[in-house]
Amino acid sequence: MKSKNNLKSYWETNIKYVIVLLLFWFTFSFLFGIILKDFLNEFSFAGFKLGFWFAQQGSIYVFVLLIFIYVRLMNNLDKKYGYKK
Amino acid sequence: MSIQTWTYIIVGITFSVYIGIAIWSRVQSTKEFYVAGGGVGAWANGMATAADWMSAASFISMAGIISFAGYDGAVYLMGWTGGYVLLALLLAPYLRKFGKFTVPDFIGERYYSNNARLVAVFCALLVSFTYVAGQMRGVGIVFSRFLEVDINTGVVIGMLIVLFYAVLGGMKGITYTQVAQYCVLIFAFMVPAIFISIQMTGNPIPQFGFGSQLSDGSSMYLLDKLDNLNVELGFNEYTENTKPLIDIFAITFALMVGTAGLPHVIVRFFTVKRVSDARKSAGIALLLIAILYTTAPAVAAFARTNLLETISNKSYSDIPQWFKKWENTGLIKFEDLNNDGMIGYSNNHSNELYVDRDIMVLANPEIANLPNWVVALVAAGGLAAALSTAAGLLLVISASVSHDLIKRVIYPEITDKGELIAARISAFFAVCIAGYFGINPPGFVAAVVALAFGLAAASFFPAIVMGIFYKKMNREGAIAGMLAGIGLMLFYMLKFKFDFFGGGDVEDYWFGISPEGFGAVAMLLNFIVSFLVMNFTSPTPENIKDIVDNIRTPEYE
Repeated sequence: MKSKNNLKSYWETNIKYVIVLLLFWFTFSFLFGIILKDFLNEFSFAGFKLGFWFAQQGSIYVFVLLIFIYVRLMNNLDKKYGYKK
Repeated sequence: MSIQTWTYIIVGITFSVYIGIAIWSRVQSTKEFYVAGGGVGAWANGMATAADWMSAASFISMAGIISFAGYDGAVYLMGWTGGYVLLALLLAPYLRKFGKFTVPDFIGERYYSNNARLVAVFCALLVSFTYVAGQMRGVGIVFSRFLEVDINTGVVIGMLIVLFYAVLGGMKGITYTQVAQYCVLIFAFMVPAIFISIQMTGNPIPQFGFGSQLSDGSSMYLLDKLDNLNVELGFNEYTENTKPLIDIFAITFALMVGTAGLPHVIVRFFTVKRVSDARKSAGIALLLIAILYTTAPAVAAFARTNLLETISNKSYSDIPQWFKKWENTGLIKFEDLNNDGMIGYSNNHSNELYVDRDIMVLANPEIANLPNWVVALVAAGGLAAALSTAAGLLLVISASVSHDLIKRVIYPEITDKGELIAARISAFFAVCIAGYFGINPPGFVAAVVALAFGLAAASFFPAIVMGIFYKKMNREGAIAGMLAGIGLMLFYMLKFKFDFFGGGDVEDYWFGISPEGFGAVAMLLNFIVSFLVMNFTSPTPENIKDIVDNIRTPEYE
């Protein structure tokens, strides 16, 4: 195992990624799909009311995207700290 | 060829594939039995997780539920997908690095306590049995509707198949049959959806067809039309909420957190080779799940429009053939209250039509006049969805008994060979109990499925997340938190679903939150109690903190 310091900064970067991605997770589902639904439903998007679209379609696409972004970020981080070639 | 002949052929082929895989993947060690030897690739695990996750409810019932609930159906769509973000970011990679066999294993070791392990075993068994009863029932229902055999015969056939590959192949057999089952179920779900999307809107992609204009010449948007039809009959607009938004919020949250805390989903991530594969396969799993979950709301809207247009206010004598066929099964009922020969469908006491929500998927191919082989395909898909989930749950049950109870608590000297025999015997008994509940379904199954998510949210999720992200959390805090969470969840459920403790109605809900969403509140209580108790008890030992450090770092590749 590398030094404690190394582990600490690896972990702190990981936590930063997780927090930012979870903010997006909350925003696109709970905020756009539920809390702001009535307001967003005033707008129309590709034949959908926007709030309804986020609740039944958009949020799910964003979830998939978020996981793959995390995979990408962590693979790069693992390489940077020498866990992965 | 008739629907029945086609069903026998397609179901026969898929079942032979599952049995073939079972024979090919016989196992010899507990590591193979519990986690498929830990050598499953990211794609295979992603497909297996998707099949594991999508149950009879996702395949058969969800589109129908959304069809009747409109916007409110979003709780299932977001709730049952958003949990994977939590899994991938907060749980899966670390549990893979931890590298044991079960969820109670993690709880027991991280909180250095067999009492914590036993609480976890209790929750795992409660959650999994609740769930598996529904799956076996689903198998029986699909058999009885498509092959016109008795529901009980269907349950027994399903039991035999699952028994064969779960007992013989353990997790290895289950993993590779789930891969095959994913292919069957997604194909079976998409084919009718694409056909119907083309028929109704001219767009072959249901996700876009859902927002398109109707191709009936009116050039009206499908969803506008649906809103209008709904309002005319006295229902809420399809795209607006019926439940209060706070309840929608709580249910969505409870389902997400519950999904991330369900043991049969978590253990799938013990089977991959590396930490990075655990993250990647969570992404692949959600991508594969999203294909069905973004199609389901489209199917729901198509089916509802179709239903309202072909049936409502039409004369009973002109009704299409499929209506009468499904009337025989009791899934559609029409009672001519005002004797005018017309089918009056509305949201008040003059309603003359009862439609079971399951029909939206099961009868969809017939409503849309699709060829017989498509109808048979839907039967095979429903069976694949139910069997794959049942198998995953049975493995959790057998591992909880043979590994967590027998090996870790009752008889630690047991050899690997002895433990494998114990695992197979417990799998056998688990299948029998599941079959029994499938044949004699307890009336409370529907009520307790919400409890399964609520319990997972209130117990496992906080305990695991704090175990990874918060070194200071100690044994006493975690156990007290889990007990408080489960206790409150059980109390609320018993009060409002079973009329204990004085019962209560919708007006009596705490904060306006229904029992389905109450897992979110119980989870918060778990966190709070854990913190309070932690502050008054002895700190986490140093060697446990080292374990946590180790979990947080990936292995060298």
